[in-house]
Amino acid sequence: MLRVEMTKMLCRPRTWLTIALLAGLPVVVAIFVKSTGIGPRPGQGPALLSEVLTNGLLFPAAALAMILPIFLPVATAVMAGDTVAGEASMGTLRYLLVRPVSRTRLLVAKLVSVVAFVIASVIVVTAVAYVAGWALFGVQPVSSSISGSTLTTQDIVIRTVVTVSYVAVSMLGLASIALFASTRTDSPLAAALAALAAFITSEVLDLIEATRAIKPYLPTHYWLSFVDLFRNPILWHDVTRGFALQAVYIVLFLGAAWASFSTKDITS
Amino acid sequence: MTEVIRTAGLTKCYGDTPVVDHLDLEVRGGDLFGFLGPNGSGKTTTIRMLLGLVHPTGGSIELLGQPMPKQAHSALAQVGTLVEGPAFYPAMSGRRNLGMFDAAGANGSRRTRPARIDDALERVGLSHVGRKPVKAYSLGMRQRLGLAAALIRKPKLLVLDEPTNGLDPQGIHEIRSLFVELVQDGTTVFLSSHLLAEIELICTRAAMLANGRLVAQDSMERLLAPTGRLLLDTLDPIEAESVIRSLVHGATVERTGEHLLVSVNGMPPEQVNAALVGAGVRVRELVRQRRTLEDAFLGLTGDSGDAAR
Repeated sequence: MLRVEMTKMLCRPRTWLTIALLAGLPVVVAIFVKSTGIGPRPGQGPALLSEVLTNGLLFPAAALAMILPIFLPVATAVMAGDTVAGEASMGTLRYLLVRPVSRTRLLVAKLVSVVAFVIASVIVVTAVAYVAGWALFGVQPVSSSISGSTLTTQDIVIRTVVTVSYVAVSMLGLASIALFASTRTDSPLAAALAALAAFITSEVLDLIEATRAIKPYLPTHYWLSFVDLFRNPILWHDVTRGFALQAVYIVLFLGAAWASFSTKDITS
Repeated sequence: MTEVIRTAGLTKCYGDTPVVDHLDLEVRGGDLFGFLGPNGSGKTTTIRMLLGLVHPTGGSIELLGQPMPKQAHSALAQVGTLVEGPAFYPAMSGRRNLGMFDAAGANGSRRTRPARIDDALERVGLSHVGRKPVKAYSLGMRQRLGLAAALIRKPKLLVLDEPTNGLDPQGIHEIRSLFVELVQDGTTVFLSSHLLAEIELICTRAAMLANGRLVAQDSMERLLAPTGRLLLDTLDPIEAESVIRSLVHGATVERTGEHLLVSVNGMPPEQVNAALVGAGVRVRELVRQRRTLEDAFLGLTGDSGDAAR
């Protein structure tokens, strides 16, 4: 079943187009920054971008910080929202289930394909950004971190790897919400919209002061904390909180998705 | 005979309204079973329950001797289905689609897959189909591909919902012959349809559903048993009527278009014919009147042909 799901995903032009667009955005930004030489003032604009001018090696992390606030979550929500509801709206869901494919197995296969998509897009973005950073800004062996001290190349590589997994886990939290929504409706659009509504609500609540009490529990609150991985020394506090919080959301919503899907009457 | 489908008291309620109400179905091995009912009578819900897609509110289901939905995995592996129209991944070719569905679930051996797909495509008359994506298929081709998908694993039981939808008369004829062929090979076919003539033509047994309840379940012979009346076509209707009235006490004769519809209290037709011919009545045709499935159906469902619920 896993192989079937992966084939289906890889055969869709949409998957590749999305990944291409995701990787394209940071490249466009890099070209503008390079050609004008104008970086954002420190503390403003996408995280790490001002540091990139001095070392292209930081560009992958900067690129992730660019797609993470909106672009990647939207793509993830659309992908994950489509999983079950998309099959339902095409009518193929009933034919898969009577093959028979157990509902749990189908859900797991769908989840794995979403995970694969998120990891693939994060890796492609990172790789493309690395090449763009190297080509446009050059790579210095020793670089300044956000904190002003120096980071070795090895440091940056390790930190980038941790960043990639952090971003993937952050997206999985949202993907779990979308997957749950996807089991509740036969419309992929409605499922994606539900997940995006959750995402935007969380973002808005995270912006205002009055919600201080619940902020640490908002799913998007720690999303950008991976920037702390590029401080020296690393500020682990928010990153670990972020990992833990996403784990809670993932378990909660995957559980709900499983409970909802395994008892559902399939009438599509 | 072993039962291939057996339900006891099968019930599905949405809220307080029963959509399927204490249904006792019995489909035997080797049947070409017709499942009839007006739109909204609960046919599709019943089929979905048989296949484990919809959970029953009450009652039990046995599919190929295994309780559903508990043993869904082993039971469904031997069932081919077409439920409410075929569905495919539109961007992929027909062959690829069949491969996808066969690879889903644990029972389709990879080694025999290409051969089984070729065989299924040939059986439904799609062997010439090339690489074009399913979205470019006509309705009839999709229907055939749906049947092919149901056949790839050589199932013991086929559960088919309106399988001749969208086919042209030639296609309908081919697919009907295919069903008869499959039943001869030992497959049991459960065919849901509202095309009464189609069921009448090929099925050996049938069940009728109205408002979620079973109103009849019997062999086709008995459902279509003679009514006990005779249909007479003659050039001398007036003489014929008087001969019959004097022949049988209490006989009734009605004119229906060209024919006389005669009720003779069970007197055998050959006797009636002898009397008529003996009296010089020119008989063109004399047959026992048989119910059509439509008569039986309308009689049993209270003329509510398309009553939507």
